Amino acid sequence: MKFGNYMILDFPSKSTNEAFARSAVACFASQMDPTLEELGDIRTAVSEAVTNCIVHAYPEALGNITLRCRILKDNILDIVIKDKGVGIPDVEQAKRPAFTTGGADRSGMGFTIMESFMTDVEITSKPGKGTTVHMRRKLLRRQ
Amino acid sequence: MHFTSFLENNRLTVALTGEIDHHYAKSYIQAIAAKIEAYTPEFCILDFSEVTFVDSSGIAVVINALRAMTQIEGHLILSGINQQPMRVFRASGIDKLVEIKEAVS
Repeated sequence: MKFGNYMILDFPSKSTNEAFARSAVACFASQMDPTLEELGDIRTAVSEAVTNCIVHAYPEALGNITLRCRILKDNILDIVIKDKGVGIPDVEQAKRPAFTTGGADRSGMGFTIMESFMTDVEITSKPGKGTTVHMRRKLLRRQ
Repeated sequence: MHFTSFLENNRLTVALTGEIDHHYAKSYIQAIAAKIEAYTPEFCILDFSEVTFVDSSGIAVVINALRAMTQIEGHLILSGINQQPMRVFRASGIDKLVEIKEAVS
């Protein structure tokens, strides 16, 4: 039974782990028989959340990122990505399209993409304590 | 990161490859800027046909190339974009800022 299956990953905030994290989630999600488009959306959203941890949560030194995936009933993929970094002082401002505290190599579109590609996105953050991104994507059952 | 580029009739084509995320974005941004600065082409074509994945870092690559081309009063064209990168470009609205061609001419 796929419902109830889960996995937990723990890795340092090295940028090489962006590709690792999205690939690992895609492998886990493949048991839900997703379409290529659904898989692409999930990989993108995970990449955004993990990149935020690497760029913003731990700007000076490496820190720990925890990623948890669960399969919920009704074919819902539940993803939690958690860091213990600097936190976000104003989550609403951070979610605004094109807002970034990163440099010219950042677009400020990370949260916009997470929100357009996932069914639900919830961000909780405490300055100095860390940030948790909780995302869900309902996968359509194919006939 | 791996890319090839060529100049023909004042058109600079830069063919990107693989997955463009934050890990690779900065190198791509710098490499494309250096090519544009060196050749000051009238058109810069970013060929995405060998790109299998982009996230918002890929948007930053396009925006930086657009900025560099606008500065020299040139034009930026994106070509050969696969399904996943296209969804990211649409979600960000970048498809309304830059000319997009389906295939490499």
